[in-house]
Amino acid sequence: MSKVEDRKQLIQDVLDTYPEKLAKKRKKHLNVYEEGKDDCGVKSNVKSPAGVMTARGCAYAGSKGVVWGPIKDMIHISHGPVGCGYYSWSGRRNYYIGTTGIDTFGTMNFTSDFQEKDIVFGGDKKLLKITEEIETLFPLNNGLSIQSECPVGLIGDDIEGVAKKAAKITGKPVVPVRCEGFRGVSQSLGHHIANDAVRDYVFSRDDAPEIETTPYDVAIIGDYNIGGDAWSSRILLEEIGLRVVAQWSGDGTINEMMQTPKVKLNLIHCYRSMNYISRHMEEKYGIPWFEYNFFGPTKIAESLRAIAALFDETIQEKAEQVIAKYEKQTADVLAKYRPRLEGKTVMMMVGGLRPRHVVPAFTDLGMEMVGTGYEFAHGDDYKRTTEYVGDATLIYDDVTAYEFEKFVQELKPDLVASGVKEKYVFQKMGLPFRQMHSWDYSGPYHGYDGFAIFARDMDLALNNPTWGLIKSPWNK
Amino acid sequence: MSQNIDKIQDHVELFHQPEYQELFENKKAMQGMASDEKVAEIAEWTKTWDYREKNFAREALTINPAKACQPLGAILAAVGFEGTLPFVHGSQGCVAYFRTHFTRHFKEPFSGVSSSMTEDAAVFGGLKNMIEGLENSYNLYKPKMIAVCTTCMAEVIGDDLGSFIGNAKAAGSVPEDFPVPFAHTPSFVGSHITGYDNMMKAVLGNLTEGKKAATTNGKVNFIPGFETYIGNLRELKHLVSAMGVNATILGDNELYLDSPNDGEFKMYQGGTTLEEGADAINAVKTISLQTYPTEKTREYIEKEWKQPTSTHRPWGIQATDAFLTELSEITGNPVPPELILERGRAVDAMTDSHAWLHGKTAAIYGDPDLVMGMLQFMLEMGVEPVHVLVHNSTKEFIAEAEAFLAASPYGQKATVWGGKDLWHLRSLLFTEPVDFLVGNSYGKYLWRDTGIPLIRIGYPIFDRHHMHRYSTIGYNGAINLLNWLVNSLFEEIDRNTNIPSETDISFDLVR
Repeated sequence: MSKVEDRKQLIQDVLDTYPEKLAKKRKKHLNVYEEGKDDCGVKSNVKSPAGVMTARGCAYAGSKGVVWGPIKDMIHISHGPVGCGYYSWSGRRNYYIGTTGIDTFGTMNFTSDFQEKDIVFGGDKKLLKITEEIETLFPLNNGLSIQSECPVGLIGDDIEGVAKKAAKITGKPVVPVRCEGFRGVSQSLGHHIANDAVRDYVFSRDDAPEIETTPYDVAIIGDYNIGGDAWSSRILLEEIGLRVVAQWSGDGTINEMMQTPKVKLNLIHCYRSMNYISRHMEEKYGIPWFEYNFFGPTKIAESLRAIAALFDETIQEKAEQVIAKYEKQTADVLAKYRPRLEGKTVMMMVGGLRPRHVVPAFTDLGMEMVGTGYEFAHGDDYKRTTEYVGDATLIYDDVTAYEFEKFVQELKPDLVASGVKEKYVFQKMGLPFRQMHSWDYSGPYHGYDGFAIFARDMDLALNNPTWGLIKSPWNK
Repeated sequence: MSQNIDKIQDHVELFHQPEYQELFENKKAMQGMASDEKVAEIAEWTKTWDYREKNFAREALTINPAKACQPLGAILAAVGFEGTLPFVHGSQGCVAYFRTHFTRHFKEPFSGVSSSMTEDAAVFGGLKNMIEGLENSYNLYKPKMIAVCTTCMAEVIGDDLGSFIGNAKAAGSVPEDFPVPFAHTPSFVGSHITGYDNMMKAVLGNLTEGKKAATTNGKVNFIPGFETYIGNLRELKHLVSAMGVNATILGDNELYLDSPNDGEFKMYQGGTTLEEGADAINAVKTISLQTYPTEKTREYIEKEWKQPTSTHRPWGIQATDAFLTELSEITGNPVPPELILERGRAVDAMTDSHAWLHGKTAAIYGDPDLVMGMLQFMLEMGVEPVHVLVHNSTKEFIAEAEAFLAASPYGQKATVWGGKDLWHLRSLLFTEPVDFLVGNSYGKYLWRDTGIPLIRIGYPIFDRHHMHRYSTIGYNGAINLLNWLVNSLFEEIDRNTNIPSETDISFDLVR
């Protein structure tokens, strides 16, 4: 059997153990990529079946956890019961510079801590009071967002009305976001709703201070600065002569967002979470957007050249200089780490862009991707993935814990790269693992400086002596 | 400078390099934020009594809470039973959060499913999700029991778990006799410890139905509570075994949350067997090791099982003495030499270190039982608690804590702050500073802002490894607590005395 047929059989074997109805549902989400096809051939962005273990989160996680949370000078209220804010508190490492609790609020947790009486009588009065209390205690906040949790939508609270009142009192943006967890099928809808709120409540304001624009103004969109990713990206863009006006949303501010419609180009890293607002700016303000990839030297150079090509020759020249400048650093990294990693196989399952964007970084190190999939991708993500994966790559959409374990057991990759919920499952199987949401608290992984760390981390994961200790001498 | 292949720098050092510092400086021009002077002015103001008063005048806003929501506790109770799959009825995001939270603390897999309710379920109810969900999870994950709890979503729309599960069984999702205990765990009532109580009661109710025998089985049941120290489960087993107690630990998640790496992942590890759980109804007595996460469970046991219950928090010497005394009374066995030796060692260690802790002032926050346990130990060491903060407190807890502190000469400085959060605590620490702070990982922000050393005891602890593998109870636990406290204070003294020719006259080698 060919590799493709072999892996198709593997999918069938897993499905055969499922109840009939579930098998029928899941079959559409599992496939093997065949070279030359323009799609991965899986269905996506539909409900996870009840009762199966999915890695997916909810709309609140997409809005508060991803898009709004990292805007550092605003206060984001987790509006509803205490849990959602608590569990999403300080988990994502969206690094920022600021004095927490005074002018920045990224690692804090503000909640209306709904009690039974708030469910019965509604939480609007409480919410308005919260906005007043915030203004008293945190006078340097530059705005609020109201991230609504499940009960708020269910009991029909008017958070838009409260936001309007509060904004009038403070003169600052107060943004209601209808990101209740039951909306949509994953965090993905939360991203979209959050984008729409930017459109409606940030771009609609007319109090953005005037800035002197330049022909080289760009915005970084959809880099959440995990472990400092956006900084190791920003430095390259500035080195090639561009001026980064805004950084959405890791280490971002509301002022940066308000300035964005004035830039010449939007540079989008996480397409899934921020394509909506980029498209909006294209339509409304005529700003083109470009999806770049700063994982691994091949894609970094390719992206820098493509970005530079959208500007004049001075930028193009500088881009070449920057690529040349980092050549030695990259050559050193590859010389040291590639021999240790060459030929190793990897399986991934992450969120919005990494299941495809990280593939070339592994390839740069001589590693082969044998399976990849997304938690919450849409059809266009799977189309984009075809550019990144090779023949016979196993593709799994919203893979269940059950499927992922079976696939890994069968394909026996040398490394699994996924999230914290998956990490210890595979480590117990004796498999090296790296977290591809949080970089295992390392990072940055973006840009040339990030690639050196990425290479080092893959080496320490794969070649750690502890893996050799798992089997005892008495039980080999 | 950029990366040097011989010493690749990650975020800890990379961004301190001049080119990144310059980048940060340049970025400020785009940010539209307040001036450094203004920031410094406000920062100073937040340390004042004026700010404290405004902060404590808050009525609606919660900032940096020290509590989580019910289902988190419910699923911790559930995984303490053999082959049990937690099933959270509601939107799927919640269960992703719970699993992540436990995984980050224990560094272990944590399995759980949800019924993945979305907009249509919000309108029509989640019955269909329950029927399909139970069928799928039963077939895929082959559990011996599925423990169902709710999220706030399911509670707000009023889903009736009892009838839903009945319908699902009738539809053939799981066999009729398959145990599916359920608990309503709305997130807007109580906290994670309430959820633990609700689920423990539900599981015990389900398993023991119709199992009451004519005579007792001579065993004693133990309920750990919302216990996140694996070491405590081991210490409990050690103590009851040394006392010769024929014990059943209900909700024993020790192996589940600390499984060996032998190259194989097993979804279900250890746990109280369903037979043991069922037979718990025939025990002589049930002893809970935490008061507040087992209130309803104990009431149920006393009323329905007609079984006496008691609670013990064996933190420190005297409370461990009391615990063993009760075990001795129940079994008729004397406290064995082994434990008397352990006691002597713990007391010896405490007398060795007492001079460094006596009169030191402390702040503490956490779950009510953890805080009480810690107070017991601290007062035995002559530590003087000043701020005692419990976010998920009750009137009963406040009364208990106040009475306990009032009865000791070392408790006279203390104020019990019920229902307050960590931003309240920040004001307390600035206006009335203490020598050290005890709490979970979130306390590191308080440490950074106030400079008061933090000793990490509680849940969650995300930023230090393996703390949960130790015990805090029993005589051995007392030594661990002592070790953490006294050595943290030594490190603090070293940090403050390490500048040559300036502060290092007290940079002592011997203590």
